[in-house]
Amino acid sequence: MFKIAKERLNELYSKIAETFGLFIPIKKGGEVNYHVWGEGKEVSLETLKTVKSPKNAFFPQSENLMKFKTEGKNLEIIDVRWDKTEKPFVMFGVKACDYKAIEVLDKVFLADPVDTYYQSRREATTIVTLACSRPEESCFCNAFGIDATAPQGDVTTWLDGENLYWQANTQKGEALTAAVKELLTEGGEEKVEAQKASTKAIMEKLPFASLDLSRFKPENLNELFEDPAWESMSEACLGCGTCTFVCPTCQCFDIRDFKTNEGVIRYRCWDSCMYSDFTLMAHGNSRTTQMQRFRQRFMHKLVYYPSQNDGLYSCVGCGRCVNKCPQKLNIVKVIKTLGGKNND
Amino acid sequence: MIEETLIPKIGVVTDIRKDTPDVKTFRVVGTDGKKLFKHMPGQCAMVSIPGVGECMFSITSSPTNEEYMEFSIKKCGCVTEVIHALEVGAQITVRGPYGKNFPVEEDFKGKDLLFIAGGIGLAPLRSVINYVRHYRKNYGKVVIVYGARSKDDLVDIDEIQNEWVNEPNMEVYLTIDRPQEGWDGHVGFVPAYVKELGLDPNMTAVLCGPPIMIKFTLAGLLELGFEKSRVYTTLELRMKCGVGKCGRCNVGDKFVCKDGPVFRMTELDELPDEY
Amino acid sequence: MRDVELKMKERASELLKSGEVARVIGWKKGEFYHDPQPASFESVEELNAFVYNGFCGANLSKYLIQMSKKEGKTAIFLKPCDSYSFNQLVKEHRIVRENIHVIAIECQGKLDIEKIKAKGFDFVTEVEENGDEIAVASLYGNGAVQKDEVLLGKCETCKGKVHQVKDEEIILHEMQAGKKNRFEEVEKLEAMTEDERFAFWREQLQKCIRCNACRNVCPACSCLKCVFDNPASGIAAKANDDKFEEQLFHIIRAFHVSGRCTDCGECSRVCPQNIPLHLLNRKFIKDIDGLYGEYQAGETAEGKTPLTSYTEGDAEPNDVVNGEVR
Repeated sequence: MFKIAKERLNELYSKIAETFGLFIPIKKGGEVNYHVWGEGKEVSLETLKTVKSPKNAFFPQSENLMKFKTEGKNLEIIDVRWDKTEKPFVMFGVKACDYKAIEVLDKVFLADPVDTYYQSRREATTIVTLACSRPEESCFCNAFGIDATAPQGDVTTWLDGENLYWQANTQKGEALTAAVKELLTEGGEEKVEAQKASTKAIMEKLPFASLDLSRFKPENLNELFEDPAWESMSEACLGCGTCTFVCPTCQCFDIRDFKTNEGVIRYRCWDSCMYSDFTLMAHGNSRTTQMQRFRQRFMHKLVYYPSQNDGLYSCVGCGRCVNKCPQKLNIVKVIKTLGGKNND
Repeated sequence: MIEETLIPKIGVVTDIRKDTPDVKTFRVVGTDGKKLFKHMPGQCAMVSIPGVGECMFSITSSPTNEEYMEFSIKKCGCVTEVIHALEVGAQITVRGPYGKNFPVEEDFKGKDLLFIAGGIGLAPLRSVINYVRHYRKNYGKVVIVYGARSKDDLVDIDEIQNEWVNEPNMEVYLTIDRPQEGWDGHVGFVPAYVKELGLDPNMTAVLCGPPIMIKFTLAGLLELGFEKSRVYTTLELRMKCGVGKCGRCNVGDKFVCKDGPVFRMTELDELPDEY
Repeated sequence: MRDVELKMKERASELLKSGEVARVIGWKKGEFYHDPQPASFESVEELNAFVYNGFCGANLSKYLIQMSKKEGKTAIFLKPCDSYSFNQLVKEHRIVRENIHVIAIECQGKLDIEKIKAKGFDFVTEVEENGDEIAVASLYGNGAVQKDEVLLGKCETCKGKVHQVKDEEIILHEMQAGKKNRFEEVEKLEAMTEDERFAFWREQLQKCIRCNACRNVCPACSCLKCVFDNPASGIAAKANDDKFEEQLFHIIRAFHVSGRCTDCGECSRVCPQNIPLHLLNRKFIKDIDGLYGEYQAGETAEGKTPLTSYTEGDAEPNDVVNGEVR
């Protein structure tokens, strides 16, 4: 294990930025989101929940897929995919829940046929995770078996009042460590162990520490789908996309064409199952009510996705929806209503 | 260059046939004049007009046709409207094939087959019917029941009347919803006709058409003694990616683009009613 | 506030029991003290979850678009600021007035949990309202914050404590208007140079994730199908696919609701990126006041708005520069 004094972190960022594009939580316009680091930027590693999750780095809110040029009757497709000769990335400060969320996204985008847009960014990225030391009341990653005190990743780091502690876990992580070695000194195991213990003690006091998910099983799919509680649970839903867009695992997208002076750009952008036009076809819509759309979102996270992916839930308990839903609806309320008998 | 499923191939429209007032069949090949890709009956492809949009269509032509692909497209929205305005020689984009095909090499083999279609629902069935005709000895008796609003709405009527009716051990029953001048065939809705025909319930049935037709025809078949496990249909929902990633065409835990569009009725019974 | 809550619950119970109304729209308990959610109650039993406290900031009036069309009468609890939205929705024929029973309720200003957390209480376990002081218990320490410092943005500049519409009221204590002048922030923006102002809005609007929460919560955004959702409009979009989106979506929306926006502040309350969207609307309100005389949308449910009526004395567009008649 290595460490670096907190006041020298800027040197660390600077060193990493020599070889990598460094994405790190930065405060901009009053809010903390992942941005490219640069000298003078206001880094905020302590921020527990960036508004947008790190998924934005691999699956951007909008990205160009290809271009089309037309000359007379001839159509030409121009590949605009990310060029691998560009600088690789480092995602710095990824929390345990958000790291787990990347695993959830991998199962979608890296499944056959591989999404090469996602894959190229994913492969070019070294992920430096940061253990949590100060969880808040909306956190419930432990309900999904995530250990916030020891996230995985290419490099795991811990931050206390004095130092950032650094441990490489993978080859990519070792390579990054080698690149910044001159700034690191050995030691810190005891401090890290102490922090893990104290954070775990806090985690036990999380109000959502013992959510019962036992009813969310593929065999209960139809029973859950038909549950009358969806009506009242979704009643106040505005049909906005806040929960889906701040969610680290929501991965639905739209593909659209955009006409420019230099031809047509086909791009994809985040889409939300909460939107009324999500399933709209020329001759009808399979989900016409907000209840159906609300149900789809939570059934997907808690039943459909696990059914397709060996029981892995596509919620990681980050609590962003708990904090951000304009009308205070969220997945915890759904879990408590439908999840099982042991939810008070 | 690494292959990417979202990046389509360029297709050239080499022939356009007007089937009905709102259905046209487009013949498409690659820019090299060859067929764009292989597929199996029931599979689909994403067709797009850049700048307008991309939509999923079933591939109407049989895989046994090695020269080109055909798409029978009904004009019903923004994209199909532009497709209908295309002229021969136009370039479009095509990607695929997507989805699960009819089990022509497995469950269908050696069986008597019943195909029931309504309106544009013939499109996916034409592929499998012509596949069965091509490998005729592999299958038993074939019965086709096809209905449309009027005689002018029967898709691909030339092929049906000139080729299918003459095929040995193959029966074709056509019907239109209301009486019409110049039509001396059967008049009535498909579900009722199916019951009238008193079909052999041991056949393997494939249904394709508007949801209301499927619902009532299925009920009719069950009354005749057909078993749900031997009845197939296809579903259609909004799609963007075609490969189970964009997240919109699911019914329960199944994606229509990837796990469908072909479903056995018993499979549909296990899914929530949201299609 | 506890006494107000009890009275509201009691009244809701009476109305439901007597069959005078089929449902009551209010708030129900969330997972914490600080996250009550809007809800409709159709039986006395359901009222067990009823709550009214300092975190009931949501403006419930827009729910009436759906609810007022349901069978039977709907009772709704409206805070003074919500009553403006109600009137405006009636004026625009979005809700059926005779199907609604308006209960005007007391409001002493609503709280912003994010502001409380920012004061170091980021694992809030309990909140207690004691007049101007809010006691907060958190896992990382207990303490008190001054209410003035943790009010929702919209409540800091509360435009008054008089209900513009009511069928009955539950007001047990005197209410006070906001302490800040609501045009103060607009004036700051006006004082900026064009470049500064452009930079300010660029930085703010670049945060937009196009979740549409601002639009969907806005009582003035009541179109059956929004132009931005309509594929046939040519400008339908879900993401910031180019600079146009992030710079213009919100401005177009502000234009569309100008003259109808009551300044309820919901847009800024719900923005996950805390973009001060209300400032766009307020700028328009200020300009309209200056050009056509003072006007408050939602003050009444009748009459025309300055932008839908014409008088010979109206300012000519060509003569208007920076919101003032040249």
